[in-house]
Amino acid sequence: MRGYLIGFLLLSIVTLLKGGIVEVCSRCEANTLQAAYDQASPFDTLLIKKGTYTTVGFEIRKPITIIGEVGAVLDGKGENYILKILSDEVHVFDLKLINAGRSYTKDYAAIYISRSSHFSIVRNTIIDPFFGVLIEKSHHGLIAENKVESDRIREDDSGNGVHAWHSSNLMIRGNELSGLRDGVYLEFVNESTVSGNNSHNNIRYGLHFMFSNHDKYLDNTFRENGAGVAVMFSKFIEMKRNRFVQNWGTASYGLLLKEIYDAEVVDNTFEENTIGIFIEGCTRVNYLSNDFKRNGWAIKVSGGSYTNVFSKNNFLSNSFDVSYNSKMNDNKFEGNYWSSYAGYDLDKNGVGDVPYRPVKLFSYVVNKTPETIILLRSLFVDIINFSERVSPVFTPDNLVDNAPAMKSFSYDQN
Amino acid sequence: MLKILKYSFADLARSRWSYVYFGFYLLLGFVLLFLNNDLSKAVITLMNVIVVLTPMIGTIFGIMYFYSAREFTELLLSQPIKRRDIFLGQYLGIALSLSLSLVVGLGIPFIIYGVAQSSEIWDFALLLLVGAFLTFIFVALSVNISLRNENKVKGFGYAILLWLFMAVIYDGLFLISLIMFDDYPLDKFTLFASMFNPIDLSRILVLLKLDISALLGYTGALFQNFFGNGSGMIISLLVLTLWAILPIGLLIRTAKRKDF
Repeated sequence: MRGYLIGFLLLSIVTLLKGGIVEVCSRCEANTLQAAYDQASPFDTLLIKKGTYTTVGFEIRKPITIIGEVGAVLDGKGENYILKILSDEVHVFDLKLINAGRSYTKDYAAIYISRSSHFSIVRNTIIDPFFGVLIEKSHHGLIAENKVESDRIREDDSGNGVHAWHSSNLMIRGNELSGLRDGVYLEFVNESTVSGNNSHNNIRYGLHFMFSNHDKYLDNTFRENGAGVAVMFSKFIEMKRNRFVQNWGTASYGLLLKEIYDAEVVDNTFEENTIGIFIEGCTRVNYLSNDFKRNGWAIKVSGGSYTNVFSKNNFLSNSFDVSYNSKMNDNKFEGNYWSSYAGYDLDKNGVGDVPYRPVKLFSYVVNKTPETIILLRSLFVDIINFSERVSPVFTPDNLVDNAPAMKSFSYDQN
Repeated sequence: MLKILKYSFADLARSRWSYVYFGFYLLLGFVLLFLNNDLSKAVITLMNVIVVLTPMIGTIFGIMYFYSAREFTELLLSQPIKRRDIFLGQYLGIALSLSLSLVVGLGIPFIIYGVAQSSEIWDFALLLLVGAFLTFIFVALSVNISLRNENKVKGFGYAILLWLFMAVIYDGLFLISLIMFDDYPLDKFTLFASMFNPIDLSRILVLLKLDISALLGYTGALFQNFFGNGSGMIISLLVLTLWAILPIGLLIRTAKRKDF
């Protein structure tokens, strides 16, 4: 991943060598971005000196690199897009963008990229935009180490931090996204990587994608988002080493998976979410080596989920480990560590000799009548859970971990 | 009254059972912390124990003490002392010594393991407060039973039944009624019904401090709104106080009218 960045930096150095530099400052010959752009030939660099420049709907139609010095600010006057990138090979570094337009009918963005390829948006700061970086029908782009922040309260008058639509081969890396509607939003985006981002305190989702196949989500942190992370209708995705933390609320999920096929969810941490993972209609998904700590529901499985595998996960002090809404089960739980497991291991091979039933009767009751949650952890509930565990009547009787681990796995995370 | 309180307190302090009780909590605290080594987890486990055990110990201790101290009580009654003072003094003697066993017995291991510096201090303090409340409530209830029943076996049976009802049967009925009336809006009813059982109320109070993420689910939000904020907390504690005061009042009334 670092290679990507260095590659792009080298590329920009090459373009610096190849092209000329046009400086932009209040006393320069070119005192606006537009004037400098008109002077520049393709592959030139615009070097923006300290100062605030009014930039409203500035269109870039030739390959160009824009670099901001410390204190270079582009002010959109709250009217329109700020930068519109409509060409290939456009690179934007180290700018601060403020006052992008806000509209209920148009998707104004601080940086708008359309039908471009081989572009990069690096180390920019975008304050209180509608959309931060909006990408349409573009390919081979790097969006790295940007900071997009907003402080909106309502969903309908806020946009997304990084929003990509009909694109491919994007690298969205190391960005900090907060106070937006969705931190990262991908729709019809393929072969892309989202890694090392910190998406927190967004109004709706930290990460939201749909119809996006063959994507990787690595090492991201999603914290305190209104509804956590929701991913839908996608195939062949990989989610590794992400952290889903403190997504609390009446309809909040650490990770909501809907209609996901052939995915890997590996080495992630789910901590203190209302629901760790909510699974609906997902097939052939492997959940391996994840940590579930102190969630309300670690895993909640709704209908139509088949041949999923849960293995080598740690379930630590969740109120409910697994919740099912039907008696059917076609998913496999094997070799996980359950902190509420009470079995023994006589042959000392690290595997419990008694199978563990992760679905409690009480979680079934709570599914039917949510108000009964008030009886959580009462003696009576312990008694009925125990009797159900001995002879299952209401919960799926083949939902068993036949080889529960005696000791928690340590994955050296955090 | 203070003199009698002092006397029955000293009497209990000399008795073996107070020490056994104290030792039990001391051991429980150390073992829990030794096994978990995690304060917050230990607090959760402890909640389960306290909510079930303190009412039971309170009930049994209260009824045993009053039956066994009957002759002494009769001796006191022949003295020029107000009845209110005699019974209130004895009651407070038991309740205080039991609460002290609980607070000190659990306090020592947790303080050694550093609860005072950790963020769990308030949860732990609430847990002890709730434990003390439950002790006061159930001792008062059991003393009432012992005053109204001359027959020891009968009295003992009633006391155990009372504990069983509050700890288990009530929740069962509660659960069944919630499932039965599934189609109606139940949130108000649930809040209301949980006020009528001090064990439930204590459990919910502590739970909202601990298992907060589970309870924030759909309906959880409503309970969180009520119990989680300051006024809900105050109301719950007030109800607990009421649960202690009413049986004490009844106790004094019964004692005044009783023909010994």
